[in-house]
Order: sequence, then structure tokens, then C-alpha cells
Amino acid sequence: MTIPRYLARRVLLGAVQTLLVVVGVFALTEALPGDAAVMIAGDNPDPAIIAALRERLGLDEPAWQRLGEWLVAALHGDLGRSLVGPRSVVDIIASAAGPTLLLAALTLALLVPLSVGLGVLSARREGSRLDRLVTGTTLSLYSAPEFAMGVLVVTVFAVQLRWFPPTAVGTSLLSNPAVLVLPVFVLLLRPICSLSRLIRAGMIDAQRSGYVHHVRRLGLSPVRVHFAHALPNAAAPAIQQLARTTDWLIGGVIVVEAIFVVPGLGTTLAEAVAARDLPVIQGLAVVFATATVLVNLAADIAARVLSPTAEVGR
Amino acid sequence: MRPELRLPALSRRGFLGLTAAAALAGCAAPGSTSAGGPPRPGGRLRAAFSGGGAAEVLDPQDSDLYVEIARAKALFDKLADFGSDMSPVPRLAERWEPSAELTTWRITLRQAAFHDGRPLRAADVLASYARITEPGSSRRAKSTLSVIDLPNSREIDDRTVEFRLQRPYGEFPNALAALGAYILPGGTADFDRPIGTGPFRFASFEPGRTFLAVRNPDHWDGAPLLDELEIVVTNDEAARVNALLGGQVEYAHDLTPTSARTYESSGQVQVHRLPLSNFHGLAMKVDRPPFDRPELRQALFHLVDREELVRSVFQGSGQVCNDVYGKGYRYYADALPQRRQDLDRARALVRQAGAEGMTIGFDTSDASTGLKEAALAISDQAKEIGLHLEVRLGNKDTYWSDIAGNGVLAGYRSGGMPLESHFSQRLLTTSTTNNTRWRRPEFDARYHEAQSTTDEARRAELYREMQETLFHEGGFLWWGVSDWIVASAPGVHGIDDRAPANTLDWARFDKVWLA
Repeated sequence: MTIPRYLARRVLLGAVQTLLVVVGVFALTEALPGDAAVMIAGDNPDPAIIAALRERLGLDEPAWQRLGEWLVAALHGDLGRSLVGPRSVVDIIASAAGPTLLLAALTLALLVPLSVGLGVLSARREGSRLDRLVTGTTLSLYSAPEFAMGVLVVTVFAVQLRWFPPTAVGTSLLSNPAVLVLPVFVLLLRPICSLSRLIRAGMIDAQRSGYVHHVRRLGLSPVRVHFAHALPNAAAPAIQQLARTTDWLIGGVIVVEAIFVVPGLGTTLAEAVAARDLPVIQGLAVVFATATVLVNLAADIAARVLSPTAEVGR
Repeated sequence: MRPELRLPALSRRGFLGLTAAAALAGCAAPGSTSAGGPPRPGGRLRAAFSGGGAAEVLDPQDSDLYVEIARAKALFDKLADFGSDMSPVPRLAERWEPSAELTTWRITLRQAAFHDGRPLRAADVLASYARITEPGSSRRAKSTLSVIDLPNSREIDDRTVEFRLQRPYGEFPNALAALGAYILPGGTADFDRPIGTGPFRFASFEPGRTFLAVRNPDHWDGAPLLDELEIVVTNDEAARVNALLGGQVEYAHDLTPTSARTYESSGQVQVHRLPLSNFHGLAMKVDRPPFDRPELRQALFHLVDREELVRSVFQGSGQVCNDVYGKGYRYYADALPQRRQDLDRARALVRQAGAEGMTIGFDTSDASTGLKEAALAISDQAKEIGLHLEVRLGNKDTYWSDIAGNGVLAGYRSGGMPLESHFSQRLLTTSTTNNTRWRRPEFDARYHEAQSTTDEARRAELYREMQETLFHEGGFLWWGVSDWIVASAPGVHGIDDRAPANTLDWARFDKVWLA
């Protein structure tokens, strides 16, 4: 299949996937007990107040009708307004996207060189003490949840040693970059482990493969053998993993955002679900679904280009 | 307060509470102040609260979360607010005078000015109350203020309002102090740059993140000492503590007893345990089996080991209660003998009610700190008298609405409010959140008589009788009242350690200073 045809198919498929996600999220949110009116009333569940709220928020209309109206508006680029606050969904998502994107971009920018370097290094010295050290460390770090790492890192580096601020509370990430250090560190730990493991395994396979033996015999320098010939093949599965990592980062990294008080998409999603703020949840579903489709598409294409022989998912 | 994975904890609900208030007249500047020399002006105080994210509003009449109330009281004032014993303290109202039959109240306003220089006038008060009670409004103070017959109320002059009421209401000043009953300049519709009469002036606001206000030098109650007040939001309790320890904030709202004990002893922070803040109890529905039998309600009264619950659930940060609401508040019946666990008596009562070996569903959830722990402990205690209380963990987000109509026994909590509000909101036949289904014409009659009398002693007597009835037969079992815990950096002074959460002196930053 040619790349343009492949691309067209995937984009179409992506649009259908996004639609399914959005409808699914709507159905799931509807299935949650209570609605925004009940949430707003909180511990003062006066039936008259709840009824008035439902009417004002349009929650008294049937679900299919609300979904339909929302979809039509969304196709025109209008994601609606929050049910529980005065702001528009686009406005809420735009202001929350900044911190999450910044964290994700920084993490990715550091993640790729670090995990490639680590993976190549241990593959080249397969079985050495260094390799065993890297393997041991990455395996044990990979099993530590972000939550535990976050708490540990804050306690040691922020509260006790006072090297970095413990949270990003009350400050913007850009005006005070020191607040980024610990969250990015925690975000990096696990993906570095998984990616460097994949690169290492891929590199070892590639080093043992016929074509690498062949280019070696041709007398190419070891550096060229590694980086121009072995690495691209080894990178194909790693890129798929990187795509998943990117989804996970854009998905808000709820835990890290909560620990470090970063007002990003993850925090916004958690708050919107708790408030049953359907338009905000739907808007975030669109953002997350679109991002996932695009990132995976890009990864598949990159893998195809890097390693044309490998079978590419469609 | 919630959760696994530390999802932000929307504590959406400022609380059952009405609001807050200051100590009685003459109660000195807040602050059982520690050392630190004389109050010193200047500086910025940064305070961390949990919040509601993008949904947060600056409309003080819609304020619901603790953080929204804290911001509202920085920018705005009410006509009255609640003192530490829940009696109303005049604020923008300089004084109030009822007519003989208590259906007309004349309020004299203080000389005060809005932040843009306009004077506070009677028309602003009427417009503010009209906005709260307008048709379709879901504002919290609406039900309380709907006792006012607004079309027939009027301004006598610029500084005098005459409220005509629908019925005699001897404790009308409680309504003036209700949560959200803030006074706005007439015609206010948007809150991008809110204008109030409060001690601080608005500077900037990002919902769910940060709020900045600056000193109002012309505040009627004296200018604040602080130059600036910044309120930042983080739902994670550990993050609030860390921000305080790391010097990012000087005040952290709502700590767990565990954090308080951990850091207090290290001397890194000052811990303030605000007493009488949060009542914990059980709600038994008296209109249906099995709790329609008063013996079974009494059996629970004699079953519960209050000391043990205070020890385990509050970890000592609280006190035992005596089953009726409002310990320490005005009109509270403190002459009633303190109940203690009496298993023999409880067993006998269970037998009398014919409920031996009975299984009863017991609703609880994570909707409030300690709710689930208390339910499990009480269900354990019940085994000793042959009752099987089957604890059912409900959805934390919809809990209060779920238990309003369903079930027979539920864990319950309440913030502070005057006894009168507790009665009128929860225990009258007409109450909209009558979670125990307590409907007694003679109880209603006593309440209405108490509101129709100008005789203070007679009112206290009626309240005492009502509490006695509830003590013996009621559907509520209030077993304890917990402290509200806030912490501050060592250099912060002027925080009132006696004010229950949601009263005037709680989260009151105009009397705080930095040394």
C-alpha cells in the first residue's frame, strides 16, 4: 500500500475511533451515579434546588438529545460550557493544556536521548557489570509506581534537602523553572526503564543479525554499524512504545500533576469527573482521543520508514 | 480528602454550615496570639486550600467550597456573621431592631464603602437579597432568606432597611449571617473584577490556581495588617503540608490529625485545632422499620462508645458529644447527663424492640473524613448487643443525596450552624433535608413559638425541651465533634484558635500579621 493511501485510511479510521471514544465516554459518564445538579447541591440535597439546577443546566432533557446537540455543536468547533462554572470548555482545556504539554515536551526531550544512550550502552557491553547494573536498576525502578516515587522524591529533595520546590502551587511553570525539576524527574523514571530495555533488546538482536555481520565485514566503523544500521531496526518497536508513553504523558499524568500541584489536563479531568461536568469531560475525551490517534499514526509511519521490512499495524 | 491515586479531592460543599462568625461583641481581636510582639503591618500571606478547579467562582453568593468562602470573606461582607458560639455578630448591620410581633426588622447599616468608593446603601442590601432569592436561583442562602417578604420590604433611608417577614422569626439575624448572604453593589452581574466592602481588594484570579487581593485601607473594621493575601489551591493534603514545609505558603487549610502530630512536634509549623467544627453522627429514619421503634433508637444511643470513636476516628482531635447537635453553641442543652456506653441497657432495649439478631443496612461512604471508619467501628460495637449492622459503602459523590430518601441508618456529618438552623433545616415537617424523617407537629409548634417570642428565657426553655425530646427519641445520634486543623508557618500571628470552621474568625486574614 502506498503511504498516501495508507495515511488516508488511517485518518478516516482515526475519526471513527475518536467518535466512538466520545460516545463511549458520554455513555459512561451518564452511567455514573448522580449528575452535575446533585454534585452542586452537595451535602444540601434540597430536591427543589436540584430540580431547578437540572432545568437550568438542561439536564432534564433525554440523554440522546443532549448527546446529539453536543455532537452537532462539536462539529462546528463549539465544545460548550462547563456545567458547574462560568467558563467555556475550550477556555478550560486551553489553560490546562499548557502545563501538561510543557511537562510532556520536556520529558520527551530528555527521554529519547537518555534511553537510547542507556540502551545502546548496555547492548554494546552485553553481560558486563555495567549492563547488569543498568538492567537491575531499570527493572526495580520500573516497578515503583509514580505515586511512591513522587512522595519519596518530594520528601528527600524538597522538604529535607530543600534543593527544589516541593510543589508548583501558586507559581507558573515558566516563571519558576525550578518547580519543573522534580515532576519531570518522576515522569522520566519509568519510561526510561521501559524504552532503554527495548532499545537494548533490539540492539542485541540487530547485532546478532546477518545484515549487521555483513556491514561489519565490509569494514564500517563500529559507531556507524551501531547508529546507522543496528539502531534504526532496534528503534522500530521502541517508537511504538514511545507513542504509548506520549499518550500517557498527554493523558495528564494525573498522579504526578496531583502530587506536584500542576494544574494540567489530568487534574482537570479528575475534577470534571468528580463534578459530573459532562461538557468538560467530553471535550477532554476529544482531545485525548485525537492525540492518541495522531501520535500512534506518526509512530507507525516512523516505524515503517525506519524498518520497511517490519509489518506495520494498520 | 478523597482517594486512591490522590485524585484531587473536590470537597464541594462549604458545609452544611451556614457561615461563620465572630465572637461576641467585645471579643478581642482574634487571636489567642502567641508571642511575636505587637501586630506588625506588611507582607504577603500565602494560604493553601483545597478547591474545585476550573469550576471555582468569585460570585460570593454562589460560594460553596471552603476556598470560595475564604475568598468571599476577604472581598465582601455580610450584614452579620456567626461568632464562635454561633450567635450572630453584627457586621455591615450596625444594629437590628424587631417589631413587637417579630415580623418586621429594622436594620441600620454601618458607614461603609465599596472598593470603588461608592457608599454602602440600603438599596444595595435589597438588591443583593433579591439576587439571591430570584426565581430559578439555586443559591445556598435562598431558602433561609425566603422568609423575607421582599416586595413589601423597603429602604427607609440610605442607611436603614426595613424587612417585612412572612412569619415571626425571633432569630432573624441568623438569616443575615447565612452562608452566601453577601452584600454586593446593586446591579452587580459579573465577577471579573469583583467589588465588595471587604477588608481586601481584588487583584487577580485564576480559577483552581491562585487568587490575589490587596489591603483595603478604608475598610470599616480597620485596614488589614497584611499588604497582600494570596490564596492558592491544591487538593492534595500532602502537597499542602509540603508547600508549607518548603516555604511556598505560610498557611495550610485542612490537615489530617496525623500530619498535624507529625510536624507539630518537630516545631516546623504551628498547628491550630479549631474546636467544635464538624459534628459526626448517625441518622436513623424514624418513619420506617426498624427505627420507627424508639427502643431501637435508644439501644443505639446506649451502644455507641463515644470515647473510643473520638480516639480512633479523630485521633484525639475532637471531643465526645451527647447525641444532640450543637455542643458549645448558644442554647445548647449542656445540662443533659452525658451518655456513655451501657451494653446491658442496650441489649435489653434491643430485646424490647424485638430486634435481636436483626440485620440492618448501614450506609456510609468516603464522602467525608472518618465517615467510613466510624461506621466500621460502630458496626463492631453492635455485635456485642446482637445487632448486625451491615456496612454498605456508597458512592462518595452522591452520598448526601442518596441517603436523603433511601435507607434506614446512615453515617452523617455537619458543619457548625446555630441550633435554630439545625432545627429548621433538618427537623421540621417542612424541612427540605429532613434526613431522619422527624415529623412531629408538637416539635414544629415549639420551634414556631420560640421564633415568635421576644422573651429570651422562654426561647431558651423551648429549645431545651426540644433538645430533651431529641435526646430521648430523636433520629440523630451525634457522638462527637472534631476539630478543624489548620497549620501556619512559625512567623504567622493573629490566627484565632477558638473559631469553628466557617465562623467569622475562621480563615479571617484581616487580623493576621507576619513577624
